[in-house]
Amino acid sequence: MVETLITLAAILAGAAFLMALYRFLQGPSSADRVVAFDVMTIIGITGIVLVAYMEGRGIYLDVALVYALLSFLGVIAVARYLERGY
Amino acid sequence: MDLLGALLLVAGAAFLFLGGLGLVRMPDVFNRIQAGTKATTLGTLLTLAGFACLRPDWAVKLLLIGLFILFTNPISSQVLARSAHRAGAEKSPLTGVDRLAEQEGRPS
Amino acid sequence: MSPILTGMTVLLCLAMIVAALAAIRVKSLPMAILAGGLVSLILSVVFLILAAPDVAMTEAAIGSGLTTFLFFFVLSRMRGGEDD
Repeated sequence: MVETLITLAAILAGAAFLMALYRFLQGPSSADRVVAFDVMTIIGITGIVLVAYMEGRGIYLDVALVYALLSFLGVIAVARYLERGY
Repeated sequence: MDLLGALLLVAGAAFLFLGGLGLVRMPDVFNRIQAGTKATTLGTLLTLAGFACLRPDWAVKLLLIGLFILFTNPISSQVLARSAHRAGAEKSPLTGVDRLAEQEGRPS
Repeated sequence: MSPILTGMTVLLCLAMIVAALAAIRVKSLPMAILAGGLVSLILSVVFLILAAPDVAMTEAAIGSGLTTFLFFFVLSRMRGGEDD
């Protein structure tokens, strides 16, 4: 039962990742692509925690911690670049 | 406890799915930012809560990750929306009200 | 390896190939840098599935965080020097 629900959650998160990837490839403006990148980062954090649960190793959570801090800096840098014109 | 954790996990993944769907279906940049950050923030927090129910010994580290996401994600979405507005992203006809342009005194 | 992890690996590798193709096909330079950061993000998750958390942490910190930040810093310094 729990295994089935975890599989369902993984499929839903994978579908969300694919839709964000579609928007990244398709997005008409630059801001669309940056939003899609942000969403993919957050889904990636969820995926890292899922891998940590599947492997049963708590040390993997540190990667998610590093990622949650650093993706923020990347998005801020892109947004500041876009704000000052192209 | 395991079942509660798995149900929270599926609810969070459903919110992630809805965020991705909104990212594909919404008509302009600001609606996509709305769907893409609010829904995924809630979805990730619910997913982390579900994993904390499944593995209670990881709860502190998961709480830390959740706090970082809760602090950084709204800031990045706000900076992104402001930069899109300043760079002059076009709005869809369904997006009617633009308070920032009114406040800065330029035509919306 | 469980079926969830196998499916996740296949999906991530396909998405990494698509993102790398986008990095060389997209027109504007900032979006190419962003696609490179996306490749790095997916690669760090793949490293984690391959049971190398230290490599994944380095990839996440250097490849996705610092490189993207540094490229945008340099790009804002060399404004006007692009040749197309």
